[in-house]
Amino acid sequence: MACTGIIYAMLNGTMDKVNEAVFKGANDAITLVIALTSVLVFWLGMMRIAEKAGILRGLSRLFKPVVSKIFPEIPPDHPAMGYILANFSANLFGLGNAATPMGIKAMEEMKKLNNSATYASNSMITFLVINTSSITLVPTQIIAIRMQYGSQAPTEIVGTTLIATVVTTVSALLIDQFLRKRRELHSL
Amino acid sequence: MIQWITTISIWLIPCIILLILLVATAKKLPAYELFVEGGKDGLKMAISLLPFLLGMLVAIAILRSSGALDAFIQLIDPILAKVGFPAEMAPLAFIRPISGTAALSVTTEIIQTFGPDSFMGRLASTMQGSTDTTLYILTVYFGAVGIKRMGDALKVGLIADFIGIIISVIVVSWIFA
Repeated sequence: MACTGIIYAMLNGTMDKVNEAVFKGANDAITLVIALTSVLVFWLGMMRIAEKAGILRGLSRLFKPVVSKIFPEIPPDHPAMGYILANFSANLFGLGNAATPMGIKAMEEMKKLNNSATYASNSMITFLVINTSSITLVPTQIIAIRMQYGSQAPTEIVGTTLIATVVTTVSALLIDQFLRKRRELHSL
Repeated sequence: MIQWITTISIWLIPCIILLILLVATAKKLPAYELFVEGGKDGLKMAISLLPFLLGMLVAIAILRSSGALDAFIQLIDPILAKVGFPAEMAPLAFIRPISGTAALSVTTEIIQTFGPDSFMGRLASTMQGSTDTTLYILTVYFGAVGIKRMGDALKVGLIADFIGIIISVIVVSWIFA
């Protein structure tokens, strides 16, 4: 990505802008990480208590039938399952800043299940595929923008968004399942 | 329904915190010690995340500022027009999986130009709401736990984004016809 950009800038004479962008990008990353740090520290602190108190285990037992179908490699009582469910619930209600720390924790637990290898396991891929296809019920940010520009019905897009979200999430899961089967065939 | 969900969203976090602390107290757990211990973990994650995120954001910034991304969109514009994809939506469709903040500003621009209740405004809103920033999510989650080989995650994520964009066009044209 960076190479394409720099070579294009050579031909296009936009080098000055690229120069500026390098440091602005780096700066943005620091700002972003600082913002993430606060939610990471807070939520992982809370979740540690929840884990020791057995709340996460209770949560995973509740949704066991559905989720263990999607993640067959994770034992139902494993803490990874609890964090995955916590991440999904936070996402559904649009609590993005609570969802990320729980998702990262879920990844860490899945890494332990994968013998701490540095490549992505099947469960990790499935988990992130669901996350990237977005499972928010109400896109509050968009509704706010629509209100700001004087929409007659700011929430009218909730229905269309929900349909689009469900279709993408389901198709992402299907593609993931298909690729997983193909990977397994190759490794035989 | 929407009112109801917004109210839940507001109440949810304080109630979760309360629930966690109540259960911990009932089970006589050292809540504060556990909190600090978990928080330290969070700090470690944030630090290990930084190089991954910085690398990706710089690469994206270079690509956008050089004008290469815009040039690419212009290049495939005629093809998009042929299949009936609205040309005004092309920048949003391409930026959505790459950069969340950029996509949000493109969406805002479209809503501002065409009006929130126009076809374009509704379409942009739906696209923005139904997909997520694939590249960012993969960088954050894989970066935080130090995974360098992503497997098929990027491929599936991008295909899903593509499907999301197509479905948004279909659903919005169909519902608001």
